[in-house]
Amino acid sequence: MAEEEKTEQVDETPEKGGNYIAQAWLILLLAVCFGASLTGVQISLGEKIQQNKLNETFSQIPNLVPGSDTGEEFEIDGKIIYRAMSGDAQVGWVVPATGQGFADKVEILIGLDTKADKLTGLYVLDQKETPGLGNKIVEEDWQMQYVDKPTASQIEVIKAGSPTVNQIMAVTGATISSVAVTDLVNKTVAEIKDKLASNAK
Amino acid sequence: MNRNEPTALERFINGILPENPVYRQLLGMCPTLAVTNSMEPAMTMAVAVAFVLLSANIIVSLIRHLLKPHLRILVFTLTIATFVTIADRILQAYMWDMSKQLGPYVPLIIVNCIIICRCEVCASKQKLGPAIMDALGQSLGFALALASVATVREILGSGTWFGLPVMPAVWPDWVIMVLPPGAFLTLGVLIGLVNWLQNKKKQTA
Repeated sequence: MAEEEKTEQVDETPEKGGNYIAQAWLILLLAVCFGASLTGVQISLGEKIQQNKLNETFSQIPNLVPGSDTGEEFEIDGKIIYRAMSGDAQVGWVVPATGQGFADKVEILIGLDTKADKLTGLYVLDQKETPGLGNKIVEEDWQMQYVDKPTASQIEVIKAGSPTVNQIMAVTGATISSVAVTDLVNKTVAEIKDKLASNAK
Repeated sequence: MNRNEPTALERFINGILPENPVYRQLLGMCPTLAVTNSMEPAMTMAVAVAFVLLSANIIVSLIRHLLKPHLRILVFTLTIATFVTIADRILQAYMWDMSKQLGPYVPLIIVNCIIICRCEVCASKQKLGPAIMDALGQSLGFALALASVATVREILGSGTWFGLPVMPAVWPDWVIMVLPPGAFLTLGVLIGLVNWLQNKKKQTA
C-alpha cells in the first residue's frame, strides 16, 4: 500500500526536475545490482573463457602457418605472440590482434612466415558482425585471400574487378567489416614486422 | 490483483500449445529461422532462452509493485540484458564451440520479443507462482517449436538427427534445407499445418 501512495505522489508532479531521481531509483538500484552480479560472473568465468580462446589459438597455428605443428609463446613489447614451430625449428609467427569491426570488436590471428615477408594465413577468433553479411569474414574462402600477400606494401580492399597482388575482394555488402579486418592486418604487421624478423630463431 | 487472470496451471498449459510463442503468437522468429539447421544449436538456444525468460519473469514479478508505468520497459530490458550476458558468458566458458556456432544469436536474445512480451503480459501483473509457470510453459512451447523446425531441417538437409544418422545412406541431402531458404520453407509449411489442424478441430467441435 505504501508503495502505491508513493507512486501517485510522483505521478502528480512529473514535471519537477527533482523527481527524476525519485522516479528512477529502482532502475538505478537494479543497474548497480546487475552490474555487481555481472562483475561476479566475469570474475568467476573470465579465466576459463580466456583459456578456451587460447586453446583455439593453439589449435589454429598449424592452419595459419603451413608446416608447423605446435606453438610457443613469445613476448614482444608486452604483447603475447606465438612462434609457429615444426619440431625445434621455427617456421613462422602467429600474431593476435584486436580492432573495431562494424558492430563490435573483431579478434583475429595473423600467420606470417619466419622473416615476416609475407602472410601465411588469417583466422577470425571472435566477431559479432552482421549475420549473413559481415560475419562472412569467418569463412575460409574469404580468409584464404590473405595467404601469400607480401608485407612490404599495405593490403587494399576492392569491391569489384580482379584483385592484384596486394588487393583483396571485400565481402559483398560488408565493406566496413572487410576494411576493418584489412586495416587491422596492415597496422599490426607494420608495427611488428621488423621485430619479428630480428627475433626469429 | 487477480482480475480473471489465468492461474499458474493455465499459464503453463497455454504456453505449450494454445498460446505457443512461435506457432500462435508468431514471436521470436529470428532464432526460429536462424539457429534451426540442426537440433544441437536449436536446443542450446531453447535452453538459453528458457534461462533468461525464467530469470526475467522471476525478477519482474518480485518487483512488480515498484514498477512505474512509463519506466517499466526500461526495467524489463535491463533485466533481460543482464541475464542474456550471463547466459552468453556461461556458454563461452563451458560450450565454446557451440557459442561460436551460435555467434551473435545469443546476445540477440536481448531483443527476443517473447521475453519482453511475457514480462509485460504476465510477470508484471501476476504473482511469482504464475510468473514462473508462465516462463516454463512458454519456454517449453518455444523449445518444441524450435525442435519441430530443426527436426525437419536436419533430417532432410543432413540425413541426421542430433548428429546421429537416421536416413538411409542413399539419401541425397537436401542442401537447401540447411540454408536460410529451408528455414522459411519449413516454418511456413509447419505454421500452415498447425493452423489447418486448429481449424479442423474447431469445425469438429
